[in-house]
Amino acid sequence: MAGEKKGLQLLDFWVSPFGQRCRIALDEKALPYEYLEQDLGNKSELLLRSNPVHKKIPVLLHDGRPVCESLIIVQYIDEAFSSSSGKPPLLPSDPYARAQARFWADYVDKKVYDCGTRLWKTKGEPQQQARKEMVEILKTLEGALGDKPYFGGDEFGFVDVAFVPFTAWFLTYERYGEISVDKECPRLAAWAKRCGERESVNKNLSPPEKVYEFIGTLKKKFGIE
Amino acid sequence: MAGEGDLKVLGVWTSPFVIRVRVALNLKGLPYEYVEEDLGNKSALLLSSNPVHKAVPVFIHGDRAVNESQIIVQYIDEVWPAGAGGRPAVLPSDPYERAMARFWAAFVDDKVGSAWTGMLFKCRNEEERAEAVARAQDALETLEGAFKECSNQGNKPFFGGDGIGLVDVVLGGYLGWFGVVNRIIGRRLIDPARTPLLAAWEDRFRAADAVKGVVPEDVDRMLVFLEKLRTLGPYKPE
Repeated sequence: MAGEKKGLQLLDFWVSPFGQRCRIALDEKALPYEYLEQDLGNKSELLLRSNPVHKKIPVLLHDGRPVCESLIIVQYIDEAFSSSSGKPPLLPSDPYARAQARFWADYVDKKVYDCGTRLWKTKGEPQQQARKEMVEILKTLEGALGDKPYFGGDEFGFVDVAFVPFTAWFLTYERYGEISVDKECPRLAAWAKRCGERESVNKNLSPPEKVYEFIGTLKKKFGIE
Repeated sequence: MAGEGDLKVLGVWTSPFVIRVRVALNLKGLPYEYVEEDLGNKSALLLSSNPVHKAVPVFIHGDRAVNESQIIVQYIDEVWPAGAGGRPAVLPSDPYERAMARFWAAFVDDKVGSAWTGMLFKCRNEEERAEAVARAQDALETLEGAFKECSNQGNKPFFGGDGIGLVDVVLGGYLGWFGVVNRIIGRRLIDPARTPLLAAWEDRFRAADAVKGVVPEDVDRMLVFLEKLRTLGPYKPE
């Protein structure tokens, strides 16, 4: 069985936006946890035991029991600690509003990371294609946000948690993709700034320059100029 | 609560994603209107209800449209929870068990789903098809282990335990197409020698009341549908 340590542990990697979703959710609920940085080039026995199927981070361990997949982890945090944390739920209580929140979180999952990766990994025609797609994706998300302060409405919620870690990647998308989020999606840029004022977000997002540096290192590693 | 006129499913009869929604509605004993879409000529209702993905299934509940099959199934489970008149739950109530059900459902669509498109739509030759079949069977082997866990070592009939649950309907949606694969490769994809619990689960699932008439069994008709589908954008082999 995965280590039967009591309480919450998060197996994670510092720059992972998926891991950051979990850290933000835990902090929003004021839940103490042990952060365990993983070496993805040399995976720990704990990680391999806790996520044998995918061998990926993030993994949340609750009293030793693993939960995997970032949005599943966030929902678990929301459901397992709903009464004890005294904090507002991340998912709304109305089933239709929940379905819409899940839809947009799923949209972020399906679109943002893959397209963003193609922005820095490819050149020429595929990169042009990725640039066009990224602008479309961001505009679609901006449309879903509308005039609301957060995707969740007046309250910071599930979709905000799902998407906000990627705002640290905007600088990287801008430099490699030659996109300006401020120009193309001003309301989204404002939302990103608003979220950045929250302690849970401020504390857990990687500084954008660090993300850019990290991608630079990866590109060298993969031999991409 | 909702009358028959209030519930609608926009779908195509072969789609694993549509099938799982229809099974969930049947499990809940909810009557609904089923509308067959032509993917080559999508209806105005489909396009306006799902402008982002323009895909089936779409679940229409009164004036609300819900999209993405696993999201629809959870919506149905939350609006019509277990209880009244013996209505079953599709997801468990315990948060950890819910997380496990969601995990395996996501695994099915990720690993079985990508192999499914490889086996039937994207493969350009028999080598590529065989590679996709191998990937599917690897995923099914992992699911055999998951089934063992979820069913208390094979003592319960379904991933959901005593009753059909989320993972059952998600995996079960693919069974119609698996029948087509079985015909093409000349043997059972869910191999009783390799994955005995799943093979028994398949027979059990297909025979369930909520499933009969929803999981297609006419392989010839599905093969005709497949040929048409391979001419459409997303299903075209590159």
